[in-house]
Amino acid sequence: MGEAIVITSGKGGVGKTTTTVNIGTALALTGKSVALVDTDIGLRNLDVVMGLENRIIYDLVDVVEQQCKLSQALIRDKRFDCLVLLPAAQTKDKAAIDPSDMEEIVEELKRDYDYVLIDCPAGIEQGFKNAVAGADQSIVVSTPEVSAVRDADRIVGLLEQEDMDPPRLVVNRIRNHMMQNGDMLDVDEVVSTLAIELLGAVVDDDSVIKAANDGQPIAMDPDSKASIAYRNIARRINGESVPLMNFDDDKGVLKKVKKFFGIRA
Amino acid sequence: MTEKETRPPRVTIKGTRDGLTFILDDQCSYNELLTELHEKLSEEQYRLDHGPLVHVKLFLGKRYLDDQQIADLKEQISERKNIVIDDIRSDVITVEEAENRRKDSRVTRLAKIVRSGQVIEIRGDLLLLGDVNPGGTVRATGNIFILGALRGIAQAGISGDDRSIICAATMQPSQLRIADILRRAPEKGEKVEEERFEDLECAYVNGQFEMVLDQLQRVAKLRPELNDEWNVRTVDM
Ligand SMILES: Nc1ncnc2c1ncn2[C@@H]1O[C@H](COP(=O)(O)OP(=O)(O)OP(=O)(O)O)[C@@H](O)[C@H]1O
Ligand SMILES: [Mg+2]
Repeated sequence: MGEAIVITSGKGGVGKTTTTVNIGTALALTGKSVALVDTDIGLRNLDVVMGLENRIIYDLVDVVEQQCKLSQALIRDKRFDCLVLLPAAQTKDKAAIDPSDMEEIVEELKRDYDYVLIDCPAGIEQGFKNAVAGADQSIVVSTPEVSAVRDADRIVGLLEQEDMDPPRLVVNRIRNHMMQNGDMLDVDEVVSTLAIELLGAVVDDDSVIKAANDGQPIAMDPDSKASIAYRNIARRINGESVPLMNFDDDKGVLKKVKKFFGIRA
Repeated sequence: MTEKETRPPRVTIKGTRDGLTFILDDQCSYNELLTELHEKLSEEQYRLDHGPLVHVKLFLGKRYLDDQQIADLKEQISERKNIVIDDIRSDVITVEEAENRRKDSRVTRLAKIVRSGQVIEIRGDLLLLGDVNPGGTVRATGNIFILGALRGIAQAGISGDDRSIICAATMQPSQLRIADILRRAPEKGEKVEEERFEDLECAYVNGQFEMVLDQLQRVAKLRPELNDEWNVRTVDM
C-alpha cells in the first residue's frame, strides 16, 4: 500500500505544480512507482510541465463520472514506466467531484503505486478540500515572501485539523543575494514562523522555467542546483536522512538550512 | 415598652468619614426591612432633602437580593433626593454567580500555534504556550499571557474589563485591544515615541485610558489583583 501526499500552498503561483512534477520525477529516478494527480480542474497544467498534454484522452472527472476506468485515464510518462499522470479536466465543472470521490480514487491508486502525489489548486475552497481528502501526508510550498508565508500558515492551520501527519515545508525560489541583503525573508524566518519540519529549500533558477516550457522536468538534469534540491527532497520523503553537505558549495543561506537538519537529526 | 423598642433594630445607620453606612438585618423578612428603612428615613435626623449630597453604602449581611429587589431598595432610598448609593454589598452570592466568577478567573492553558485565519476565544485568562502568527487572533475576557511570539492580534478584557493585561515573551503584535481601547503596530516610517523592549513586554491601560507597553515587572506591580496569594507558600531558608 502506497502513501498519498498532497502538495499545497494557499497562495497561487508559488510552485506547487513544479514541486509535484519534480518530486514525482525524482522519486521515479530512485525506482519508486509514482502516480501524479492534477486536481486543478479548469486550470490543469501538470500535463504540460511533463510534456504529456497531447496524450490526454480521459481525465479525473471522466473517472468520477464513470466514463472510463481509472487505468484508462492514467498517462504513462515518456521517461519512466513507473510514473503516471491522472490529468485534471480542462473544461468541466469543478462541482463535478467531491471529497469522497477523491478518497476513492486515491485509495485505488495507492494499491498500485508507492507514492500518489496530489497537486492542489491555489486557495482554500472546494478544490483544496477535494485535494486533501485522500491524502495521508502533506507538503506546504511557500516562497520566502511575507504574503506567501501568511497563506502557507493559513493552510498549515487547516491541514493540522485533518486526520494526517503534520505538514512538511518546501521553501521555493530562494534567492541568495536578496536573503543576504535582508531584502527577502530567509529560510530560517520562514521555518520559525510556520514551525513545521523543513523538507528542503529550492533555489530560484531560470532553468526551472525553461525545463517546464520544454516539458522536461528539471529533476532530470543531473547538475542544476534546483534538481539536486528536488532529488534530496525525494530521498527525505523516502525516509533517508540527507544532510545538505553536497547540496551547495558556498552559500551562507544554505548553511543555515543545513543547521535545521542538524538540529532535527 | 412596645414590642418595637425591645427587639434589635433592623436598620442601623452609622456615620463615617465618607458618608453613611446602612447595616441591614439579614434575619427579618424583606418587607419588614423595607418598612423599617422607610420609617428610619422619615425620622427627622435623616431627612436629607436639603443640604449636601450624602454618600451611602449598604451592607446586606447574609441576605441574598435578586436584581428586582435591589432595584426596589435603591428606589426606596433615593426617594430622598440628595442620596447617592455607592455600594451594595452582600456576603452571599448564588451558586450560578459563584460558578461564573470561577470561570471568569480560570486560566486556560493552550499549547498551540495560532495560525493565520484562526481565532481563539477564551473565558477567563489565556496562557498560550506557543506563538500567535500574523493574521491569527486570541481573545480572552481576562488577561492574555503568551510564552512565545505575539505577531497577530490579541484582545484582552473583551467583556469590558480594562484592568486586563496582555504579556508576550516576544511582543510584535499587529494589533492590541484591551476592553474597547485599541492600538495597532506602527507602520513603516511611523515613529514610536515610547521606549520599546519587545522581549517580555506587557500592555495595559493607564489612567488616561491609553494603552501603554512596558516591562512586565513594572506592569505586574500596577495590577496587584494578579496575585493568587492564598495559594502561595513562601519558604524562607
Ligand atoms: N525554483 C524555481 N525557479 C524558477 N522558477 C520557478 C521555480 N519554481 C517555480 N517556478 C516558476 O513559477 C511559475 C509558477 O510555478 P507553478 O506553476 O509550479 O506554481 P503553482 O503553485 O502550481 O501555481 P498555481 O497556483 O497557478 O497552480 C512557473 O512559471 C514556474 O516555472
Ligand atoms: Mg499549479
